[in-house]
Amino acid sequence: MKSELTLEATDNMTKNRSSDQLIWLLIAAIALVAALFVPFSQFVLHVEYDYTLRTVALGGALLGIVSGVLGCFAVLRRQSLLGDALSHAALPGVAIAFLLAGRDLGLLLIGAGVTSWLGVYFIRLVTGTTRIKQDAAMGIVLAAWFAAGIALLVYIQARPDASQAGLDTFIFGQAAAIVERDVRLIATVGAVSFIVLALFWKEFKLITFDPEFAGASGFRVNLLSLLLSTLIVVAIVLGLQLAGVILMVGMLIASGIAARQWTNQLGQMVMLSAVFGAFAGGAGAIVSAVDADIPTGPLIVVVAFLLVAISLGFAPGRGLVWTLLRQRSDRRLFAAQTMLQDLYHYALDHGRADLPAPEPFLVGVRGAAAREGLRQLQARGHAQRSNGAWMLTRTGIEAAARDDRNHQLWSVYRQYADDLALPMVAEDRQQEIADALPPAAVAKLEYKLDTIRNAAASSTEEPSLPNAVTDR
Amino acid sequence: MTVRNGHDSNDNSTTALEIDDLTVAYNSKPAIWDIDLRVPEGVLMAVIGPNGAGKSTLIKAALKLIPRAAGTVQFYGQPYEQVRGLVGYVPQRGSVDWDFPTTVLDVVSMGLYGRLGWIRRPGQSERESAMHALEQVGMQEFADRQISQLSGGQQQRTFLARALVQDARIYLMDEPFAAVDAVTERAIIAILRELRARGKTVVVVHHDLQTAPEYFDWVTLLNVEIVASGPIAATFTPDNLRRTYGGRVAYLHEGQRIAGLEEE
Repeated sequence: MKSELTLEATDNMTKNRSSDQLIWLLIAAIALVAALFVPFSQFVLHVEYDYTLRTVALGGALLGIVSGVLGCFAVLRRQSLLGDALSHAALPGVAIAFLLAGRDLGLLLIGAGVTSWLGVYFIRLVTGTTRIKQDAAMGIVLAAWFAAGIALLVYIQARPDASQAGLDTFIFGQAAAIVERDVRLIATVGAVSFIVLALFWKEFKLITFDPEFAGASGFRVNLLSLLLSTLIVVAIVLGLQLAGVILMVGMLIASGIAARQWTNQLGQMVMLSAVFGAFAGGAGAIVSAVDADIPTGPLIVVVAFLLVAISLGFAPGRGLVWTLLRQRSDRRLFAAQTMLQDLYHYALDHGRADLPAPEPFLVGVRGAAAREGLRQLQARGHAQRSNGAWMLTRTGIEAAARDDRNHQLWSVYRQYADDLALPMVAEDRQQEIADALPPAAVAKLEYKLDTIRNAAASSTEEPSLPNAVTDR
Repeated sequence: MTVRNGHDSNDNSTTALEIDDLTVAYNSKPAIWDIDLRVPEGVLMAVIGPNGAGKSTLIKAALKLIPRAAGTVQFYGQPYEQVRGLVGYVPQRGSVDWDFPTTVLDVVSMGLYGRLGWIRRPGQSERESAMHALEQVGMQEFADRQISQLSGGQQQRTFLARALVQDARIYLMDEPFAAVDAVTERAIIAILRELRARGKTVVVVHHDLQTAPEYFDWVTLLNVEIVASGPIAATFTPDNLRRTYGGRVAYLHEGQRIAGLEEE
């Protein structure tokens, strides 16, 4: 009976390669559903894809991919708030670049990158050389750099110069500002950062998981860490125009957080985060571009948060719904298992295996779980009710005996695995021991168990081993 | 001031690790002070001392993971940079996030990243080596398991496997016995003895005075300075323990110490 029950209860999303393929399929399915947003927006929301909107949609989606991929590392390195500090720190760069060189998007973004990168460097310097903690250092940089940026922007706006118009879209982002050249820029820079990421994939994974060990293995951890932070800065800077400095962090980390719920592998997490990012960026940009008065950053972040909420709720394994379902199935499984053993041992103690046990007695001992368990056993044909008492059926007795013996074998395994030189496996009493150990090992255990039982039977003392016999 | 016991008898053997005048300071206070230490090849050595004695600091400084205020460290007569491949490292289990999205096999493969060098990816042969290391620690069943599903003992064995796969000549381990159950402890000590039997040198930060004489054949008593270092029988004395921990602790453990020594 165990094997069939185990299947419904076990969290086997992550255990083997076949579930691995399942997740890849899931990712593909999610990508497909996300792509359906385009026809949905055309036919339901009546969005018309003219040249401008195609550009904006493409820009938003590409940006979502870049920030989704790099954002995974920000999330895993627990640097989500660093991303927030960095995007705020980009604002003074935009203003300074404008004052120095006028309105050229490339130069504005380079300016943004420089101040943002200086922000990272300052934070690393402060946390590395003083006793100030990272959160405090980030808070200071965020506030100071952003304050400087706002002050400069207000100063610029007061100047009698028409070219400054729209510079404030950097605060909340504006999809309508995206032109084909920007899309090409995002694609090119994004591709370059992906190449760097692919080249140093193993190194980035190692410094994210265990920087100390990376250092002991001879990798330049500080350099790699700075490189990874630089890539994150690049993603932020690319997204400023669209999402704005205040909400860029949402675009950076939301899809990574959502993706983490669905998979336990870094590669899959990054791919799925790219899919989520593309959807959030694309959908947010499209919807906001319908009316130029809607700022894009907030829309993207709202869409991204919806993805996070759905993931937290429904992702298999980690999601809330999944957890509730599993708890319910566990409750049923264990109620049934307990009642099966209760009936079996009650009957055996009174002389024969199919002796009925009165229901009030069972409920008195086990409470509500007894009714649940008995219902399960009845549904399975393991127990039947007559005259207010429950008795095991023939299949029920067989299942109970098998279950009982399995438990005893596990008990013998726990006590004698070393003496019998058996392979070390995780003890899992829900599993048939024959599925966990090679046949020769099981044969040894069977022999040992019988020896113990015979010894106990021939001596006058109560059998003390294995525990399962007396425990249950 | 340092007192060294039992050095002279081993001067003709190879020195696996030699530390001279090593000082590490945090905020102008020395964490370890003027350490002189020789670890002969082939010993299973415990580094023992009270909390804050600088045990982990000693290991991290030897591996250049933290800046040194002074001193030199040589492995087999060479600076660490030149013999990295000979040195295996097991950090404290609590130093990483075990919810990181990866599998046991992948973590063990990380032991080979250093040898692979920059950019090159692990392939089939790396996977096989990692699998073999997992078998050595009895974790082959867990290869595809997500690391967040491991128990504390299994995490520790995963870290050990990652060090084994490095196939080093000397291993530095930071508290491998911390918060593991008796079965895991036995499994780990079996692995350490197996390493010694293969001629490897193992340096282990250890905090349990009771088991030290049973597990190790060499010991360094540390409390910011080296109190004593040498063969356990000659070094792990009530006198030296008192000078490491202060009077009371050494006295408490005297009986156990003698029991332990008799087993040796």
